[in-house]
This record gives sequence, structure tokens and C-alpha cells, in this order.
Amino acid sequence: MPAPAHLFPLIRNCEISRIGSTACYCHHRHLCCLPSHFAHSHFRYAPQKKFAALYRPKENFNHFIHTRDHASASQRFYLTPPQVNSILKANEYSFKVPEFDGKNVSSVLGFDSNQLPANAPIEDRRSAATCLQTRGMLLGVFDGHAGCACAQAVSERLFYYIAVSLLPHETLLEIENAVESGRALLPILQWHKHPNDYFSKEASKLYFNSLRTYWQELIDLNSGETTDVREALINAFKRLDNDISLEAQVGDPNSFLNYLVLRVAFSGATACVAHVDGVDLHIANTGDSRAMLGVQEEDGSWSAVNLSYDHNAQNEHEVERVKTEHPKSEEKTLVKQDRLLGLLMPFRAFGDVKFKWSIELQKRVIESGPDQLNDNEYTKFIPPNYHTPPYLTAEPEVIYHKLRPQDKFLVLATDGLWETMHRQDVARIVGEYLTGVHHQQPIAVGGYKVTLGQMHGLLTERRARISSVFEDQNAATHLIRHAVGNNEFGTVDHERLSKMLSLPEELARMYRDDITIIVVQFNSHVIGACQNEEL
Amino acid sequence: MFLRVLSDIQWRAANPKWRRMTSSRRSTSTTAEPHPVSLPAQAQVVICGGGITGTSVAYHLSKMGWKDIVLLEQGRLAAGTTRFCAGIVSTARPVSIELKMAHYSNKLYQQLEQETGVPTGYTKTGSLSLAQTQDRLISLKRIASSLSVMGIPCEIITPKQAVQLHPLINIHDLVGAMYVPEDALVTSANVSLALATAASRNGVQIHERTSVSHVTVQKGRVTGVETDRGRIQCQYFVNCAGQWAYELGHSGEVPVHIPLHACEHFYLLTHPLAEPLSSSLPTVVDPDGRIYIRNWQGGILSGGFEKNPKPLFTEGRNQLEIQNLQEDWDHFGPLLSALLRRMPGLEALQILQLVNCPESFTPDMRCIMGESPTARGYFVLAGMNSAGISYGGGAGKYLAEWMVNGYPSDNVWPLDLKRFGTLQSSRTFLRHRVMEVMPLMCDLKVPRWDFQTGRQLRTSPLYDRLDAQGARWMEKHGFERVKYFVPPGKDLLDLDHSKTFYKPDWFDIVGAEVKCCKEAVCVIDMSSFTKFEISSTGDEALENLQYLFSNDLDVPVGHVVHTGMLNEKGGYENDCSIARLSKRSFFMISPTDQQVHCWAWLKNRLPDDSNLTLEDVTWKYTALNLIGPRAVDVLSELSYAPMTAEHFPSLFCKEMSVGYANGIRVMSITHTGEPGFVLYIPIEYALHVYNEVMNMGQKYGIRNAGYYALRSLRIEKFFAFWGQDLDAFTTPMECGREFQVKLEKGMDFVGQEALLEQKQNGVYKRFTMFILEDHDTDMDLWPWWGEPIFRNGRYVGKTTSSAYSYTLERHVCLGFVHNFDEKTGEELVVTTDFINQGEYEIDIAGQRFQAKAKLYPFSSLFTQRRRKDEVELSGYQTE
Repeated sequence: MPAPAHLFPLIRNCEISRIGSTACYCHHRHLCCLPSHFAHSHFRYAPQKKFAALYRPKENFNHFIHTRDHASASQRFYLTPPQVNSILKANEYSFKVPEFDGKNVSSVLGFDSNQLPANAPIEDRRSAATCLQTRGMLLGVFDGHAGCACAQAVSERLFYYIAVSLLPHETLLEIENAVESGRALLPILQWHKHPNDYFSKEASKLYFNSLRTYWQELIDLNSGETTDVREALINAFKRLDNDISLEAQVGDPNSFLNYLVLRVAFSGATACVAHVDGVDLHIANTGDSRAMLGVQEEDGSWSAVNLSYDHNAQNEHEVERVKTEHPKSEEKTLVKQDRLLGLLMPFRAFGDVKFKWSIELQKRVIESGPDQLNDNEYTKFIPPNYHTPPYLTAEPEVIYHKLRPQDKFLVLATDGLWETMHRQDVARIVGEYLTGVHHQQPIAVGGYKVTLGQMHGLLTERRARISSVFEDQNAATHLIRHAVGNNEFGTVDHERLSKMLSLPEELARMYRDDITIIVVQFNSHVIGACQNEEL
Repeated sequence: MFLRVLSDIQWRAANPKWRRMTSSRRSTSTTAEPHPVSLPAQAQVVICGGGITGTSVAYHLSKMGWKDIVLLEQGRLAAGTTRFCAGIVSTARPVSIELKMAHYSNKLYQQLEQETGVPTGYTKTGSLSLAQTQDRLISLKRIASSLSVMGIPCEIITPKQAVQLHPLINIHDLVGAMYVPEDALVTSANVSLALATAASRNGVQIHERTSVSHVTVQKGRVTGVETDRGRIQCQYFVNCAGQWAYELGHSGEVPVHIPLHACEHFYLLTHPLAEPLSSSLPTVVDPDGRIYIRNWQGGILSGGFEKNPKPLFTEGRNQLEIQNLQEDWDHFGPLLSALLRRMPGLEALQILQLVNCPESFTPDMRCIMGESPTARGYFVLAGMNSAGISYGGGAGKYLAEWMVNGYPSDNVWPLDLKRFGTLQSSRTFLRHRVMEVMPLMCDLKVPRWDFQTGRQLRTSPLYDRLDAQGARWMEKHGFERVKYFVPPGKDLLDLDHSKTFYKPDWFDIVGAEVKCCKEAVCVIDMSSFTKFEISSTGDEALENLQYLFSNDLDVPVGHVVHTGMLNEKGGYENDCSIARLSKRSFFMISPTDQQVHCWAWLKNRLPDDSNLTLEDVTWKYTALNLIGPRAVDVLSELSYAPMTAEHFPSLFCKEMSVGYANGIRVMSITHTGEPGFVLYIPIEYALHVYNEVMNMGQKYGIRNAGYYALRSLRIEKFFAFWGQDLDAFTTPMECGREFQVKLEKGMDFVGQEALLEQKQNGVYKRFTMFILEDHDTDMDLWPWWGEPIFRNGRYVGKTTSSAYSYTLERHVCLGFVHNFDEKTGEELVVTTDFINQGEYEIDIAGQRFQAKAKLYPFSSLFTQRRRKDEVELSGYQTE
């Protein structure tokens, strides 16, 4: 382990202050700038949140590593490659779509997903399910903030809302009749879950009732038109957010549930959901997670196509939208320090009723709520310059893409990935991983003058590049390995990986965010065939 | 292809006669008549394949006087693997018969240019085999021992001597090397063309661009060959189709199973060095680096056998043609590293080409030759395991002898097609197995090595039970057999670390099993043995068997006879036990790997008579061998029948009940010389009987044992076994089994004449038992088999098997002693006195150990001896 001696005086003299500043870096950036005394245990607000993000992780990283070097010179504690792997692979999940599911050939070959926590507990969630009453598959990543309650609720419920929105009238009726007469319900979704992805048992009845109300309304509304996926997605998002809000306002006689619905409403979550049906790909995005399509060019190289826009301060349209929704007088206070009202990074989100309810409503709910809520300084805190709520919406932006044979995969990931890696690198790494080394351009000597030594050097280098691919059986794991362990040359550096993963819980958040990734692989043959049929 | 062009030019320039032939053909080929010479309507022999093996067979057949031969080649002569191969003739081979073939090939190629006028590029460069480890050096020393006794010069040298022979070698990691000065390099395609030229001068018709579609077989005999240019009637067909031999074998109505599978093989060609390498520089083989390096046109040619081979053509040939195979530098990377490590001075050498040349490999690393068991007259020579040039000459000679004389001039059983059956013919099996075999080319070959792929194909119904009790397994003819049982709580070394030429880690485990066999009772599952039933409505079974087997089978019902199945020369084609079940039916037990050979032998010789039935019942019975003095107690308690010698004498067979199960065939033989029984149990009763035996045996101290214990027991009792000690060139007279032959009874049987002659004139070799005297079991190298035997300092033969005797606390080697005339080397008669009056030494990897020779087993070993045992003692195969 390199612990160069010349670093020691540096650290001893002037670096101490920089170590201090390192600790100020906050990676939990969705919600920030709260007065320090607001930080409280329940919502697990780390104290360092009081500081705005002043450093980018990259700038910070180097001297952090040096201090670690210094520390470990005495401890000599390192993770071995198998230990690193067991951490990276703890949450990995793969699903292969059966070749013949009895109905139709799917354009999805399967997907790999994985999560690497930085928060404890992790605030990201993921979901994947196959629609059983309609065609298509749903996949989504959810990035929670101010706790994981909202992300958890959305990950459990959103797909049901989408599925119900997509159902034809007759099926809705059939389902309603079944519930009415106590018969067995048609299954709507087949979930593909990692054992760590749990559903809340206690709330299921409550959630079900809200969902039932929704489909009853859909039945009443029966427009007779065929369901448009875009509309279904938008309706489902909005409806779920509305239900979350309503449940919190109404409350629940059961004190546990009552507290739960409040936590869900007062925390927040972004969502990025893909609906794949044949060649039709819809991405509904709310917040700053991102969907990206991996495209293989004719020459075999990889490029990335964005299928979502981040809803944050970097998105001019989004800033514009927020500004038009509020009076001119608020223009200066709406977006401060790249945050909504100077607090919230994503400009769209589920939950977060603090940015949606009127001040009176917030106060009423909190006062009548359980003591835990009342004691929480954060929930009581009203955002500054809060004049014309709502400031926040869960309405998604839906992008449609018609899949082409060159579209090989889709990556859905929370911002934890995107802030460490450029999408072009993501496309290349996943693309090379999925096609495997075999498709790596073979070397041919041809007529060139190559010596044995040169060839040997070239092959050694290629092997080093390939070896990291073989460690992973899961594209998402592979991507996380790169996101966390990449050095300046774009190759995985075990030492760096080991250091990043052995960060103590309280430090981890400062160097990385929760990362959640789903990589969906498409079946080019099926997509090609679909295309031809249409022609 | 560079190589092709190169050798074509040389070839045409050097051989005007051939040029006339081919050019005339070519010129006509432009006038829309591609094959001016039409195929003959019939021929005695049709050979398919114009590579080194096909031309070698044609060459030798025509030399031996067969003239009516047609050789068909689908492309051009020597255009397949032969064209691409590296052209190294190396005699350093661990298997004796392979060594002999390579030696013969070397001598043949040396004079071939003179004989034919075709330049073969033959250069005697010598070869250097390098050892990076002491174990490797031991294996080289073992090879050196066997080369020396064959009169092939070779020496073990130090790394410093090696660098003097080849200045480019980096020796810092070497412990020694073997130098074989007479190894040579050839231009392989030209060797093949030279053989073809000589053959065609002898009358062999060669037709290029003619592919064989299939071979027709009627009534079990080859009748003709269908080609894309018409049909040729023939009596003999020789499949020399190399990596296509498998497919060709399967193309006919009667499939001929030729288990081989191709793998890609890469070698590198470079431009010449700044100072071009001398063409006499020895070839370097660095098995620990998995590479070979030869000089080539002032530069080098270097290839190797990688750990992760790439099998190809699994689904047949039509996916990819040889010519289109790609270079794969990433795959070659590790070998390139090894090359630069061995010869760092080559860094600046410029690459010319990476050649991808598929080679065919077989399931046991040995080539395939011989006649098909299903179609008479269908011969095969293929699967050269990347040593086609080294073996081609010798293999062609043996096969030609086989066809002309009916048998080859040496024991080729290790290469015989009939060692395989249909079970080795699965494509998946072959694909997996060759991926293990190809890296093995460079791996250390240690005693008692088992293949790891293609396992658990045939198993006894007790497999899981035994496995749960710590069984460690080996495989014979696809059948899993127990080596020994690892007691609970004891750990053995893992596979890689257990490789040793010294005392193995299971020594004490097997010792305990042997002790139990001696003092109490052990159970060994011996279900793998080949079991046939022969019966007839009249006396046909007895009559025919009496002719085919050397011992008298007209014994009372219920008796078991040990007998050989001899060939015309009196040699053992099989060694078996036959029980007379009734007047008209016999139950025959043979070694496991006899399943195909023995079946074919009997089928070919028994009359086609509907009254006579031959049935393979191997799969119907599970065999449990109860060995030890208390076996009799266990069995009598389980059957409520007296099992003592008076009621159940040795070599007796009876159907009885064991536990609840009835109809168990109990035989009082153990294949070891120890008292005991073998139970032939219908498989559905196997678990029940096993459980009963183990439960009842508890109070007698019963335990499981494996084949290693059996092997130790049988070798210390001087039991020969077929396939290891006995072969088609060994007669009963030569291994002290005259009493198993009915010479005195005036009955005619196969091999009788040869035996009578031997009885009259004496034998030229004698099976002898050696007890190593000054051998330290813990410290010294262990004998294996194939060690040279020296009598009064002179070489007299080789060992055929060996084992540690836990009773004698000494190593016992079995082997044959010859009497070579001191001056002429001629073989003289071996007498008992000759054996007894010598001082013997056994050479283990160059170190000689004193040995005491014995012609009879130690009688004092037998504590629980019974009268009739003596008969059984003298022998029977165990494996």
C-alpha cells in the first residue's frame, strides 16, 4: 500500500484544516441549508447537511485518499477483492425474460439491477414488474430524500397505479366485481424483486383502498377510448401523489399507519420509470434520476441517447416552468443556490408536502399529528418565501422512443451514478460489458510491422481492461464498480474501490450518494422483426 | 496461406514426375473436365484422407505388397492439418507404444528423401525439453530412462549445458533439461507428399478433390464407398479423415464411433532474426511454459497448448472452414508471454503471422487406430493429438500390418479404437473432454491421474451411498469406481497439490483398507466389470466356448473357471472368469474396458446361429466384492446357509438369497487371492443387499474399500491383469498360467498351436515379480509402470505395474524379463534358472533400486489359506 513518506509532514502541518473542510462536504444534496438545530434523528438528517455543497467530489477525493493513507498506515486495513465483491454484489438482481412466456416474444431480454447504499439506511428504491393484464414491462428507480418513506411507498404503489391506468374498461370492471363479491383477484403485476426489496405489510390495506377508489373513478369516467400510455403514466403519477397527500391529511386511526402516511408525505422521492412494450418505449420522469439509451453504431462503437430531462436548476426549461407558475414577485426567491426555494434540488418530486401544502394545512396536520412529528424540527420548519404553494409537482415528463435494432440497452439510474460518470462512458462500459470481450475488436497483424515485444505489451493492456469485466455477472454491478472505482484512466482501481467501500457510514455520504441502477437489455432480433412487420 | 505456397513451390520444383501428373490434371481441369482420371469401380482398399496418416497407411500397405489401393482426398494432398502443422518429430513420449511409433517415424523420414527424391526438409536438430520444476525434471528423467533402453540417445543436462545448445534460452528459472540429439524437423506437407509419391510408384491410385460421402456396410462387412464422383466397391476402408473422421464415421448406416474433437491450435511465425537462426538449432519444448519453439527460415515458429483451449466443429464441419479460421492474439497472449520469458532476446523480432491450425484430440490423449467393432474391414487411423508428424510414420506401419497380417507387430491396445464405445461418442462429452485433454499435453503426467471432465456417466446404484461415505472416484470406460474412502475428519490435498511422483497422501488410508481386508472384511463395489451371458438351446454354447477359450469349460454346473481368450499366437485377447450357470449357459466376467473389444471378438467368431445367444448384461448386475476372512461369516448370517469351504468351495458359483433378496449370484472369488465372495446382484436389490451386508458386517468390523486397496492386494499376490500386464502379445506360458490351459485334453482351441510350440521350445519372456530392496517408501520416487528392469546391469525388460505391499512393507513391481543376446540383441529363451540366477535392479527416473525377483507369490502371506486357493492364486485381472 503506498503511503508515501513525504505526505506526512503535509498532513501534519497544513492539511488538517483541509481534512476539516472535507467533512463539510455534503453529498446528501436534495435537501439542504437547514439550520443546524433542525437536524434530527427521525428523518436521519446528518449534521453536515447544514453546509451547502461547496466541493465537487472529484476535487475532494484526492486529499481524502491521502488522509486515508495516513490513517491506514497505522491500521493497514483494506478490503480484499472478494470482500469488495461481496459488498458490490449484495443487492444485485438479474431477471431473464423467459424466451417463450406463452403469449408473445418480448423485446426485453432481461435486466440487471443493483444498489450501493451511501445513506444508512439507503434512501433509493427500485422496482420492476411485468404487466399481466396488459402487455409490457415496467421498471423504475426512485431516489428518496428526507428519509426513505416516500421512495418506499412510491416503489410499492406506482406500478399498480400505472397498470390500472392502462387497463381496459372491461378488465377494470372484472376486477371491481371480483373485489365486490370477494372472489380471487386477477393478478395485475408480476414483480421481479430482490429479497431486500420489501413491501410494507401494514399499509397494504390502506394502499389497496386508495387504489380501488382510483379504479372505481376510472370505471365511472369510462371514456371508451383506448388507453394512451403517455396519459396513463401522467395520470398514475399525479394520482399517486395526490393519494399520498390525501392520506396524510385524513390520517389513520391506527397510530403506526398514521405516522407512516405522514412520514411518506413529508419525505420526498423522485421517480424515473420505463414502460416497454414491443418497440414502444415510454419514459416517465419526475426529478433528477435519468434514463439513457445505449446505442451501438454501425462501426461497433457505443453512444448514449438521453430519454429524460433532469428536473433541477440546470434545466432552463424547468426553471422557466417554475417561474411561470408563480408571481413575478417571487422570481428572485424561487430558485436560490440552484435549489427550489433554496432548499430542494429536484424541481419535481413525490411527497414533499412542505412544498405543496398551504402553511395552514401544514400546521394543522402537524399539530394534530403524533408527537414524534411534532417534536421534529424539520417538519415544523416552513420553507422561506413560501407564498404561493404548491411549488412542487409529481407530474412526470414523458418521452416516447420507438426502439430500433441498434438500441441495445436502457440504463435507469439515480443521480448517484450520473454525478460520477458521464453518460457516454456509461454507454461504452455497459455496451462493452454486454457484448463481452468477444466483440472487442480482434487484433490482426495484417501487413503491419509489429514486434513480439509490442504485441506482448498490447495484449497485456487488453487483458487488464478485460479482467474487470469478468468479475461481474451483472451489468449494474459492473457499472457501480466503475462509478466508484474508476481512476483517472477510466479503469477500475482496486485500491480506490476498496477505500471508497470501506468508508465508515458517517463518511460515505460525503463521497458518494446512494446509487441505484437498472440495465435493461433489448432483443434486437425481436425489435428488428417488429419493425419489418410494420413495414 | 503462406505455408501452402511455400511448400508447393518446393514440391513442384523438386519432383518433375509429380509435376507432370498434377499439371496435366490441372490443364485439363480448365477444360471443364475436373477429373480426367476416373475413379475405378472397385479396389481392395479405399483410404479416405490425404494427410500424413492416410499417405503413411498407403505407403506401408503398398510396401507390404498390397497394390489395389485407392487414396481419396477431398481437397489437395496434405492440405489439412498436415499442411499447417509445425513439423517437429519428437520421440520424447511417455507412452511406450507412442515412443516406438515416433522413433520409427524419425527413421522413416530420414531416408525418405533418398527413397523418393522428394525433399522433405528433414533436418536433425535435436530437441531440448526444459524443466522449470523438480517434478518436471523427474518426468523427463523417466522418459530419458525409457529412451535410453530403446537405444535412442538422450541425456539429462544442466541449464548451463542447455544454453550452450541454444544461446537464446533464458535459464534463470530452469532446474534442468533433457536433450534428445536425434529429434528432427521436417516440412510436414512434403513428408506426406513424399509418402504419396512412393505409394503411387507402388501402384496406389491417388485421387484429389474427391470426397467420400459414406461407406456402405453389408452383413457387418465393408462393401464399398460412395463418393461425389461415384461408387467404389472395396473390401477395406481406412478412415484417415483427421478431424472429419468422427463425422465420416457417423455418415454411414452403421455408425462407426470415432471419438475425437477438434480444437484450435495457434502458432506464431516470425521474420528472420537480424542474424538469422541456424537451421540446425535444436527445438525447444518448455512444457511448464506450455510452449514449443523451433527455428523456421531464420526466424522462429512457436506454438503451445493453452489452458483454455477453443474447441471447434462441435456441431459439424459446415459452420466454418479451416482456411477461414481467424488469428486470435488475445488467446495467444499467455503463450507469447511464456515465449518472451523463455527467450527475452526476441522482443524486437518482427511478427510474420499467427497461424490457426485445428488439431484433433481424443478422450485419453492417445491416437485412435484399428478396426471398427461393428463393421469388419473398416479401419481407422486418426486423432493424433497434435503429434501427427511424430506418430504418422509408425502408426501407418502398425495399421498396415494390422490389415495385411490381421494383427500389428506390437501391442497397440492403448491405441485401439475398441477401447472406446458409443459412450465416448457424445459431442458434449468430447467437447468437454478435449478441453481438458489439450492443456494436459503440457501438464505434468503423474501416476494415478484421473480425468475431471465427462464424469459420472455410468454409475453403480450405490454411487450416492458410497459418495456420502467419503468415496473418492476414478473413471474407467465411463464408469465411476471408488479409489478409496476418506475417513470423516480427514482431509486430502486438493487436486493440483496431490500430484506427486513420491508417496501419495492417501497412503495410510489405503493401508487401513488393506489391513481390514486382511483381518476382517471389506466391501468393494466392482459393478463396472463387463458381464456377458452366453447360452444356447443345445450344446452350441459349450462347443463354441471350448474353442474360443483356452481353459476347459466343461466343468460341473456351479463351477467358475479362470481362462484366457487367446488369439492365434496364443496371446491374451481377454482374460476372464466364466461361471457355468447351467449345462447350456455361461456367465462371463471380463475387465471393464473389454466391453467393446470382447463383444466384437466373440461376435466375429461365434457362428450366426439363432440357437446361440450372446447378451451383454453388464448393466443388469451390481457387483459387491466381500474380501477378507470374515466375509464367510457375514454371508452365512445373511443367507442362513453354511458358507464354509466344505459347503462353498473356492471357485464356486451359486444363486442364493441375501437378506430379503433372492437370486443373488454368489461366487467364491475375490480377484485378490484373499478369501471372500463376489455377489452379483440384480440392480434393484443392490441397495438392499448393500445395507444388509453393512449392517450385518458391523460386528465383524466391515468397512468400505476401494480399488487402490484391491490393487495393492492383487499385486503382492502376483496377479496379472489384462490391459496392464497382459496383452495380445503375452501367452499363458509366459506368465506361469500353463495350468489354465487345456493342452493335455486333446481339444482344439484358438492359440493351441502357438502354446504347444512354446511348451516345446520355451518362452522368450517371463512374467516376474520384483520386491524392491533398498527403496525408501517415504523418501524415494515411487515406481509406476514402464520402469526399465536391469539384470546383472543389462536391460532385460520393463515393469508393467507396481504397488506398495502393506504386508511386505515393500514395493512390488510386476514385469516381463527377456533374455537379449549380448552380441546380437536377439531374443533367447528365458528359463527359470535365468530368472533366478540374476541380480536385478529397477530404474526409477534414472535411479536404480535393487530388486529381488520371484516367479511365484509368497505363500507365507496367506494365513487363512484354503486348499483350492492355489488355483485361484495364479491369477486374474482386476482392472
